[in-house]
Amino acid sequence: MAADTSAATMSSTSRAPSVRFEHLTKIYSGRSDHPTVAVQDVTLSITAGSLTVLVGSSGSGKTTLLRSVNRMVAPTSGRVLIDDHDVSGLDAVKLRRTIGYVMQESGLLPHKRVIDNIAIVPRLNGATKASARERALELMTVVGLDQRLATRFPAELSGGQQQRVGVARALAANPRLMLMDEPFGAVDPIVRSDLQRELRQLQDQLGITILFVTHDIAEALALGDQIVVLAERGRIAQQGTGAELIAQPADEFVADFLGLGAGRDLHLQDSDGTQLVMDADGRPIGRLSGHRR
Amino acid sequence: MTWLVNNWSTVLQALWSHLALAIPAIALSFVLSLPVGWLAYRYRWSRFVLVTGSSLIYAIPSLPLLIVLPALIGTTVRSPVNVVVALTGYGMALMVRSTADALDSVNRDTVISATALGYSGIRRLIAVELPLAGPGLLAGLRVVSVSTMALVTVSAVLGIPSLGTLFTDGFQRGIVAEIVTGIVSTAALAVLVDRALVAIGWLLLPWTRART
Repeated sequence: MAADTSAATMSSTSRAPSVRFEHLTKIYSGRSDHPTVAVQDVTLSITAGSLTVLVGSSGSGKTTLLRSVNRMVAPTSGRVLIDDHDVSGLDAVKLRRTIGYVMQESGLLPHKRVIDNIAIVPRLNGATKASARERALELMTVVGLDQRLATRFPAELSGGQQQRVGVARALAANPRLMLMDEPFGAVDPIVRSDLQRELRQLQDQLGITILFVTHDIAEALALGDQIVVLAERGRIAQQGTGAELIAQPADEFVADFLGLGAGRDLHLQDSDGTQLVMDADGRPIGRLSGHRR
Repeated sequence: MTWLVNNWSTVLQALWSHLALAIPAIALSFVLSLPVGWLAYRYRWSRFVLVTGSSLIYAIPSLPLLIVLPALIGTTVRSPVNVVVALTGYGMALMVRSTADALDSVNRDTVISATALGYSGIRRLIAVELPLAGPGLLAGLRVVSVSTMALVTVSAVLGIPSLGTLFTDGFQRGIVAEIVTGIVSTAALAVLVDRALVAIGWLLLPWTRART
């Protein structure tokens, strides 16, 4: 996701929306006599224009919450508001076309070439093939993809390239809200940190609202303006900035999740005038910047 | 060989008649199995009835079926329509299951992703699920094709011309060359049609050849 967004005309005039979950409960009845409660009575506000990360282990209901925003999941009770509009009152198919959606792996349609994957939503909205493809090529540049990859099939790309295509596709219809479900989970750590950094830049430039789901606290800290730590069934253990969470973890669950449990306190050690950050076992994990002689 | 040289126009005639019975039956099996297979895929509870029910068609012996069929659908005994209808039934016996299985094989995450992009149900089926079920549909269609090409020969017993006519005629008149010609040309034609289906798949399913 290169810094050059000037090529893309994403200065959509409508502003980024807020999202609000009100007493949301989702119960999957399934076939058995034991219905699964995915999320229970969740009330949560997502600030307009923020990059908010929902972080939690499996069973925390984070994907259920995300999918209730674009009506992929119908709540058992409660509601989801985008700005002040209850999504249940909106046409589901049209709503989804206005919301960017990126998911892990297989999110790309394997039978469509890169350029046609990116062009899907404009095409669904009735854009001509030529204009949708032109827009797709612009977006490839925005997300840092070589335009020579345009005619490849998804299977011919690396994992990192596939995720860039996924982001480009989500941006194609100028969404003011984007939902991301562990989009970088399947790429290797170095590519992942590149993608995270570029997503931050992109979000700063576009000013859209991004709701991002992950189980990786490091990713949450790297990305989130706001971080929502989810415990079981969507119970909100804590909501705040990364700094707030680390400085004041609400309880032991959050502290454990952040890796701040017993024996995980960090300390500084002077090494030839450089301040090294050491973990509890005395192994160096970083360097304090601005402390060099 | 002399027999073949002297009778090549008869063989060619039989070959065309054979194709004229087989191709419509293969095409109809494919097209009619799509909605039935889709129902079995979409509504789990209907799967057992639809798949098992259509498979049972295969258990009906062909000769009695071909004799009863005119009374059921109001055709004459010697009408080629009887053969096409019967063979379509046998084709569907194989193809309904293949269609349901092929749709089942489409990655669920891909379908979820398509829904999230804003495909409506019917559009998603046509533009995403059916194409991605392509390799499975093709595999099923190839079995139907080979099976149908062989089954068509039974029409000869009813006096409807096909390559099977070469066996019946050859047996009645004791011409070994004619029998052999019938067997070899039936097999060769089946292989040819199969190759054609593979070629169509190669053209229509380019992503399956994508190098990874």
